[in-house]
Amino acid sequence: MAFANDAGEAPKDGFRLSMLIYDTRFRAITIQIVVLFLFLLFVGWLADNVIQNLAQKGKDISFSFLNVRAGYDIEQHLIPYTNDSTHGRAVIVGLLNTLLVAVLGCILATIIGVFAGVLRLSRNWIVSGLMTVYVEGFRNVPLLLWIILVFVVMSETQPEPKDFKVTQAMVDSWATPDTADDIYPAKHKILFGLVAVTNRGTNVPAPLLDRPLGTIEVATVPVSLSVLATLAVIAVSIYANRRLLRRAHQIQEDTGQRPTTWWQTLLILFLPVIVLLWAMGFHLEVPAFPADENGVSKGFNFQGGIQVMHSFTALLIALSLYTGAFIAEIVRAGILAISRGQSEAAFALGLRPGRTMKLVILPQALRVIIPPLISQYLNLTKNTSLGIAVSYLDLRGTLGGITLNQTGRELECMLLMMLIYLTISLIISSLMNVFNAAVKLKER
Amino acid sequence: MKKSVFLGALAASTVLAGAAMAATLDDVKARGEMICGVNTGLTGFGMADASGTWVGFDVDLCRAVAAAVLGDPTKVKFVPTTGETRFTALSSGEVDVLVRNSTATFTRDVDLKLDFVAINYYDGQGFMVKKDLGVSSAKELDGATVCIQTGTTTELNLADFFKANNMSYTPVTVQDDSEAQRQYLAGACDTYTTDASGLAAARATMADPANHNILPEIISKEPLGPVVRHGDNQWADIVRWTFFALLIAEEKGITKANIEEVAASTTDPEVRRLLGLEGDMGKMFGLDNGWAKSAIAAGGNYGEIFEANIGSATPIGLARGLNALWTQGGLQYAWPLR
Repeated sequence: MAFANDAGEAPKDGFRLSMLIYDTRFRAITIQIVVLFLFLLFVGWLADNVIQNLAQKGKDISFSFLNVRAGYDIEQHLIPYTNDSTHGRAVIVGLLNTLLVAVLGCILATIIGVFAGVLRLSRNWIVSGLMTVYVEGFRNVPLLLWIILVFVVMSETQPEPKDFKVTQAMVDSWATPDTADDIYPAKHKILFGLVAVTNRGTNVPAPLLDRPLGTIEVATVPVSLSVLATLAVIAVSIYANRRLLRRAHQIQEDTGQRPTTWWQTLLILFLPVIVLLWAMGFHLEVPAFPADENGVSKGFNFQGGIQVMHSFTALLIALSLYTGAFIAEIVRAGILAISRGQSEAAFALGLRPGRTMKLVILPQALRVIIPPLISQYLNLTKNTSLGIAVSYLDLRGTLGGITLNQTGRELECMLLMMLIYLTISLIISSLMNVFNAAVKLKER
Repeated sequence: MKKSVFLGALAASTVLAGAAMAATLDDVKARGEMICGVNTGLTGFGMADASGTWVGFDVDLCRAVAAAVLGDPTKVKFVPTTGETRFTALSSGEVDVLVRNSTATFTRDVDLKLDFVAINYYDGQGFMVKKDLGVSSAKELDGATVCIQTGTTTELNLADFFKANNMSYTPVTVQDDSEAQRQYLAGACDTYTTDASGLAAARATMADPANHNILPEIISKEPLGPVVRHGDNQWADIVRWTFFALLIAEEKGITKANIEEVAASTTDPEVRRLLGLEGDMGKMFGLDNGWAKSAIAAGGNYGEIFEANIGSATPIGLARGLNALWTQGGLQYAWPLR
């Protein structure tokens, strides 16, 4: 055996247990396995402890409460929901509310962040100074305070719905020929009488169809065929427009002359959608107070239209501005990471600063920007759970709030909620990783 | 919040459960202090005053229990709990008893493994509106925006009430009482709903109480009372009988002022048992025989506590109503002490 090493070959002798500790090739693995084992043992001990102690108290772990009638109402629901629906459905309503804020927030924060980040590098000191104030102001104050501030400003400064109401006295004053004594509601709707901002929410017109195409049920969620048809028409129009532009480009390549396409583009993009909407009888339902035959308003709130609650708006604005400040710094860092030679070369080629930024700097900076951007998106998504402070019923408000309270299933609700947030975060981060792989420096 | 509830639940399940199941009385005695879960701030029922001293109707019951157990009404620590955290705090062992305007319901009693040992306030859910809204009945609230505190029985009652009357409403689910009041006052909701006693308490703290009406409809039964963990019968008995002792004291005309005098002169056998002059009542559940006397001496009898905190002489101005003694047409009825 001992001679086997004479030729400098690896030892061929059999595996001995002691090698797990003394042989450096195995030692690392041994340590990892032992640590993993101990960790699993610890987790198992925790889980066992929880289950045993719950059993001792006569409590079990059960998710059957998800099938029980919820009994509470949620104002903002993207899928049909009443208090007769189950807790499970309330969870989904909350989840969709979370996702709505998260998706819109990510988009807004990115736009704000890119602009602020680029502007902060501006040579105009007023612009860059303002952006510095914005970034430092938002980054260094807790998000919760911003959310509450925006919400309080909205609910304290805007008029109450009753200020829009027409009273009997007003109608009487209009009836007399003397116009000098006419009185009017304290507040009027803005934007041609279409939008009313009250201290409860923003009432905007709702799109309505006289001749809708009907709906189909997908997993108890009604999906409007009209919306699907509209989206399909828009998609086809965009595709046709691209074909048109490509042909124009081809002609330009061949003949050196570019055909006039702007009116064709307009026609292709807008005509089919307008025709479809007209055929379906599209009109706007303007929010208004219900009125009796004399025109005197009654009721408490605007009816019709869509009410966007201030809790949603406040949460969205605060989240976007807050995360936007972080993204601005990431964008600035990304741009500064590109060597000066790049912009100098672009200038030498005669590109204006705007086009240099758009065509040369930003595409390269994206490689630096994307990875930290992922964690900002994750932060924003998780931070939506602060919506509870302004009564926004997201996942935290339904599953982790009312459902948890009404059923008393703290452990189950918290575990389920953590699982859902984890899943959302993993999905976001894997999507962003795919995007990152697409833009990163290709090394060949 | 998310984290704290979870960690609380986890800690409850892992560390404290064993201790919590054991005799709470022994824990309290060993600690030399009772821990009482109260409201974060509801005028008249449980709130810290300007100097940080806890005052209120529920708080005084805590003091009475502490006096009965430890002989000293000051040996009690108050832990403010929200509508959401209160039951977790109790079942995790963070508090020994919860006296926080909590409604006794089937699920809380059975599924949450809690015991409502007595009802110290018979209440019902009502609505408050501003006078200039011109609403005189809850039936006229169709289409209204309603502010409501989350984690309470009231949000379920609210849904049921509007459904039963075929009306619609817009809920604004608010996390705590003070935020609900802020939104109501700012006009972000037309009406604010909670227990009628809570509405009266809230109105008392407003700058212009006269401009707010509490509508006549009471849409639910809300029996509010002290809660303890299920399974510790001795502790449950102590809290229940301390409360009954306060009721019996009112029934027998024993007050904070005259208790020594009565103790020296009384010949009524039930009063003698109550004040520990006869029999071994206290010993039966591990206290000394003067337990009830200490409890009554702490803040007076039930009627005194009521009048001092929420009665007609206070800004809250609640009438005894259902909470009068049974001899005066109310529901407060102590079991015989024998």
